[in-house]
Amino acid sequence: MSLVEATGLAKSYRVGSVEVPAIKGVDFAIEAGSFVSFVGPSGSGKSTLLNMIGCLDHPSSGTLKVLGTDIASLDRRGAARFRGEHIGFVFQDFNLIPVLTAYENIEYPLIMVQGWAPDKRRQRVLQLLDAVGMADQAGKRPDQLSGGQKQRIAVARALATNAQLVLADEPTANLDHETAYRIIDLMKKMRDGFGTSFVFSTHDPKIMAEAEVTFVLEDGRIREQAGEVAHA
Amino acid sequence: MLNVIKIAGRNLARYHRRTLLTSILIVIGMVGVLLFIAVTGSFKTMMIGQFTDSVLGHLEVHRKGYVASIDNLPLNLNMGAGAAARVREALDGTSEVATWSPRLKLGAMFSNFTETTSIRLNGIDPAKEAATLPLLAGRIVEGATGGPLVDRGQILIPQLLARGMKVKVGDTVVLVATNRDGSVNGKTFVVKGVLESITGPGGRDGYVHYDDARELLRLPEAEVSEFAVRLKNPDQLARVDGLLKERLASVTGPQGAPLLEVHTWADLSPFANLARMIDLMTVFIKVVLVAIVLISVMNVMVMAVYERIREIGTIAAIGTPPRRILALFLAEGLLLGVAGTIVGTLLSLAAIYALNLMHLTFSFGQQQDLLLAPVIGSGDVAAIAAVVIVVSVLASLQPAWKASRMDPIVALRHV
Repeated sequence: MSLVEATGLAKSYRVGSVEVPAIKGVDFAIEAGSFVSFVGPSGSGKSTLLNMIGCLDHPSSGTLKVLGTDIASLDRRGAARFRGEHIGFVFQDFNLIPVLTAYENIEYPLIMVQGWAPDKRRQRVLQLLDAVGMADQAGKRPDQLSGGQKQRIAVARALATNAQLVLADEPTANLDHETAYRIIDLMKKMRDGFGTSFVFSTHDPKIMAEAEVTFVLEDGRIREQAGEVAHA
Repeated sequence: MLNVIKIAGRNLARYHRRTLLTSILIVIGMVGVLLFIAVTGSFKTMMIGQFTDSVLGHLEVHRKGYVASIDNLPLNLNMGAGAAARVREALDGTSEVATWSPRLKLGAMFSNFTETTSIRLNGIDPAKEAATLPLLAGRIVEGATGGPLVDRGQILIPQLLARGMKVKVGDTVVLVATNRDGSVNGKTFVVKGVLESITGPGGRDGYVHYDDARELLRLPEAEVSEFAVRLKNPDQLARVDGLLKERLASVTGPQGAPLLEVHTWADLSPFANLARMIDLMTVFIKVVLVAIVLISVMNVMVMAVYERIREIGTIAAIGTPPRRILALFLAEGLLLGVAGTIVGTLLSLAAIYALNLMHLTFSFGQQQDLLLAPVIGSGDVAAIAAVVIVVSVLASLQPAWKASRMDPIVALRHV
């Protein structure tokens, strides 16, 4: 069974009285442990696709199964629970909670989403801080960190709950090239270290080349797929 | 939950100016209400004390119909010796009663040998009256205050009468009274003291010894117009009122109808209405406090939600359950309420303590130099604190609900 399986997946939005298609019946599969990118120009449907994979949005038609669960069957609470248990997110703008330190941002989902015990929590956070090379910045708040450092913390936060799948929507868009490569490299290392699948979107061809599997989106359709589909 | 509160506290600290402003509003409201309750409570206690401890007692027992005609001081509605004995028995058998004092009330003509006017008189047992009305001796503004209130042949006269009739302590006056049969009797008295007048029933009465009053009226038996009753604990007034009514219901007249009636000080004094108005004003002030807390907390929470839409989107996206997002914002409201309550209570207690140290005095009618001694009960503090905290949480409910229902995609796109 694939980690993500989409069949005839379509999504359209209603703008006034007009139905605007964003994804037009795509089929794809993402295997566990893979490092996948969705690339394409703005408006091609990358974010819409990631939102659906992340159970933030429902398909208009077709089926989308994530870890064997048809996401169309999840209600709001069910989707939140599913995300909290299985999916991590990395955002373009980092979206760290400004009042919390780096340590506490990583700890946040363990408290608020999964309710881990303090000792176990501490162990996990320290492990992740070390893994993303931010152990010495644990006590700093987001406004005291650089963009690259913030994104490292965001990656650690996404991994905190032992997510099987991390979705990153344009994770390098707000970073310079050198930092962007480091973040992609970090994500790969995390994939290798924790066995978590990473799916990210980008419109940067150089970053795209770092992915093992690439889906090129154009006008709501997958125009081509590059790379080997790795099976876990 | 502790972690939710911790994060809520940090969120409040993040917008420290707004948090401070809202907290100050809550604190001002708390201090205003608690001070109002303490000061008006002091005022009420003082004024009620003036009536209960120097004129009326906490309760009075009369023959049925006496109070309705009290302005005429009807001699035909006095209690006979038998009924009075039943009342004494009931009062002595009620453990909540501290003391009681029988009075024989009458209207008389007061003469200084050149002018004559009318006077309302209370014939009293000096020792019992002093025990039942501990502040009565304090109302003697001229004349000796030590010893019994009055001895045989002495009279305490109200200040207004002393001024109007130009009568001084030690002067001899004549009292002339008409008894129940219509015959007139007169007797000379020496003015023992002048009583400060106070507003309300009995506030301008004179006092003579019970035996003198009985002699003036030529009463063959020891009749009583009323019993003034002092309770050990005035807070038990309603209970003792009911208890005495029940016990005295068995005292009946010739037709078998109840002969006696019991009235509380509030039934007899118009000040009770003023006290009720003060209570009503307190309720109004509490409503204003609720409005202040509601508006300020709701305002700050609506702003908090609006400014943190992306953050709400983030925490929702990473799987935070809606109920926990709701709890997070409710906790912010709760903390605002709790912080405002703690500071407000401390400031109020400090202000009340300071007011007591200042020994402020004020005048009420003819009462001069009344000491303002504000006090606040722990029950009042707890009730106001609970109202503020509950209203703070309720005010956060709508914004918190909105935050918990937010679509993560829409929230994450918010600029």
